[in-house]
Amino acid sequence: MREVAIVSSAIHQVEALTFTTDVQLMVPLINEARDAVGLTQADIGFTCSGSSDFLAGQGFSFVQTLDAVGAFPPIAESHVEMDGAFALYEAWVKLQIGEIDTALVYSYGKSSPGSRRDVLAVQLDPYAVAPLWPDAHAVAALQARLLLESGAVTAEDLAAIAVRSQRNAVGNPNALRASADVTVDDVLAGGVVADPLRAADLAAEADGGCAVVLAAGDRARELCERPAWIRGIDHRIDAHGLGVRDLTRAPSAALAAGKAAERAGFAANDVDVAELHAASTAQAHVLATEMGLGGTGGSVRIDPSGGSLAADTLMAAGLVRIAEAARRVSGGEAHRALAHASSGPCLQQNLVCLLEGE
Amino acid sequence: MTVGTLGERTAVLGVGQTKYQSTRGDVSIAGLVREAAIRALEDAACTWADIDAVVIGKAPDFFEGLMMPELFLADALGCVGKPILRVHTAGSVGGSTALVAASLIQGRIHRRVLTIGFEKQSESNATWALSLPQPFSVSINAGAGGYFSPIIRRYMARSGAPELIGCMVAFKDRQHALRNPYAHLHQPDLTFDQVVEAPMLWDPIRFSETCPSSDGACAMVLGDEAAGDAADGPVAWVHGTAMRSEANNFPGRDEVSPQASRDAAAEVFAKAGITDPRSEIDVVEMYVPFSWYEPMWLESLGFAERDQGWRMVEDGSTNLDGGDLPVNCSGGVLSSNPIGASGMIRFAEAALQVRGMAGDHQVDGARRAFGHAYGGGAQYFAMWVVGADKP
Repeated sequence: MREVAIVSSAIHQVEALTFTTDVQLMVPLINEARDAVGLTQADIGFTCSGSSDFLAGQGFSFVQTLDAVGAFPPIAESHVEMDGAFALYEAWVKLQIGEIDTALVYSYGKSSPGSRRDVLAVQLDPYAVAPLWPDAHAVAALQARLLLESGAVTAEDLAAIAVRSQRNAVGNPNALRASADVTVDDVLAGGVVADPLRAADLAAEADGGCAVVLAAGDRARELCERPAWIRGIDHRIDAHGLGVRDLTRAPSAALAAGKAAERAGFAANDVDVAELHAASTAQAHVLATEMGLGGTGGSVRIDPSGGSLAADTLMAAGLVRIAEAARRVSGGEAHRALAHASSGPCLQQNLVCLLEGE
Repeated sequence: MTVGTLGERTAVLGVGQTKYQSTRGDVSIAGLVREAAIRALEDAACTWADIDAVVIGKAPDFFEGLMMPELFLADALGCVGKPILRVHTAGSVGGSTALVAASLIQGRIHRRVLTIGFEKQSESNATWALSLPQPFSVSINAGAGGYFSPIIRRYMARSGAPELIGCMVAFKDRQHALRNPYAHLHQPDLTFDQVVEAPMLWDPIRFSETCPSSDGACAMVLGDEAAGDAADGPVAWVHGTAMRSEANNFPGRDEVSPQASRDAAAEVFAKAGITDPRSEIDVVEMYVPFSWYEPMWLESLGFAERDQGWRMVEDGSTNLDGGDLPVNCSGGVLSSNPIGASGMIRFAEAALQVRGMAGDHQVDGARRAFGHAYGGGAQYFAMWVVGADKP
């Protein structure tokens, strides 16, 4: 494997970007990520982005966002209709070929103009399930209910995960839900949104975007004092049907973590911090279990930024996790870090990225 | 550039297509993609277990009303427990998807990758999907033809091309389609006069000079050098790949021959060691959704001098019968257009030609073929050169 590192990142997440177009959102973020390492677009070997037409309410919406990059002279570029973490994976693959040394990755999502929980219903089986219009919170609640009834967790355990997220999020300017003194009792006193999930159990919906610059080998060392090296990265998918999976499990998360660990040469739980992309506290629990990260008392510090529970930008939350984990490594706060991204209902698809300092 | 920058040598081991038609009401979306995938696996003499990863591409999700369809299609594509990526780069997506799949081999991540492009336009309404009102912007409500017709007029004015060149392209491609069992439009009784007399939709584009709206899927199995060497039948080796994008709208942009097109062509031919595409390429599958784009791309890609591409159409150079550079022997996008698959069909047909497996539309002795796709406002380009010989 060719050595590839994250050398800079920019993140912006807020509750609603009512008067900001995708281009207006991404221009400052892409500039910030490039400027941090002194690169212009002409220095970038490959650009890859992730977004969703269903959020933009327009087919080919990413075409216009290309204006935020400054794509003239023409650039080598691609787009995935997936979270930006998968765009980062594609860029990492391109860097493996050895033809280029740098890549720009970005993704963004604005779900506030619509009802996200309803929009996500059209991700489901279009013949048998989507016509019933089960919204995303209801689907997440099914999973949480099964998890509670399995005896693996209690409502208090889930509330403790919400508390951990909110406390960690204090000081994170991109977090929407942060509190230094929130307690389990506070969370349990909150109203139920989709039984058994309370407001604090569900990820805080955000609008926003993220941009990341990747560089290979010595180029990364030139650009960045302490690059966050991608030692292993892998993604896997499970079956789609909610009824054919054990929703208390996420085998594709365990598999991706194992495959990433094989490449990295260290275990997925042999890290200092882990950033998880979960839509609910129940999903955060399932992920920690599948990847062996231990519970709230384990040695891995989970979601130091607050994780996606504190701010969940659809199509960017996974890339934000990678950027947050890389910042911990580049800042010297962590030697090794795990970043996770997911897609689909009930953690159907999972990506794991293992990072390490020099 | 040297061969080394291409990474691992990559081969097309198998190709699978569905019959392209207006409505495939007999299968679900899952059934449609699975049909193409199984045919590609059979052609490659592979089973699902041999596939390490899947890369799927399609045009806007609104075309079926299914958001991020790779999630629903994971089971049908034998993907459970495997990686799947979903590419979307506008009309070029089928080509870009094949190139992302190729990069997984070139980067030595996987040994065998299944790649597939599809569109099932009958599941939704493309006109609705492309006409959603946007805040702060006025739709010109002109469709793709309305967007491209002024660019074609510019080409006609600049090149001095005779008025009926577009009709000649359309007639040629529909004749070619008769020799491709998968093509959507089979019009055996069509005459050149009928093409000329068809209603004008977006002057100078006649109804007969536009692409149909199709359901369909196209899949390929790509493999590494060892897999290509081990294949019993002929494989197509990837000699060069290139992707380029440019901004849509700025002063001075050459919309007839965008720089991204010229840059991508320069890169893909350099990688393939080709200095004179006209003589070194045996057959071309290019993305021509409106007839006039054949001479326009012939020039932009370097098969003809500027303003001279139309002469190749006029003298029959691009005809399967007797032409020295047959273009779109499959019938092209003008004869079949499942949008998300249309680019991949070009790439796959190029591979079939150098494998000698193109059936009735085979170019005798084809050794090197060019596959091409474009999208957006002629902004996104994906290209590859494949050959019968290992690079």
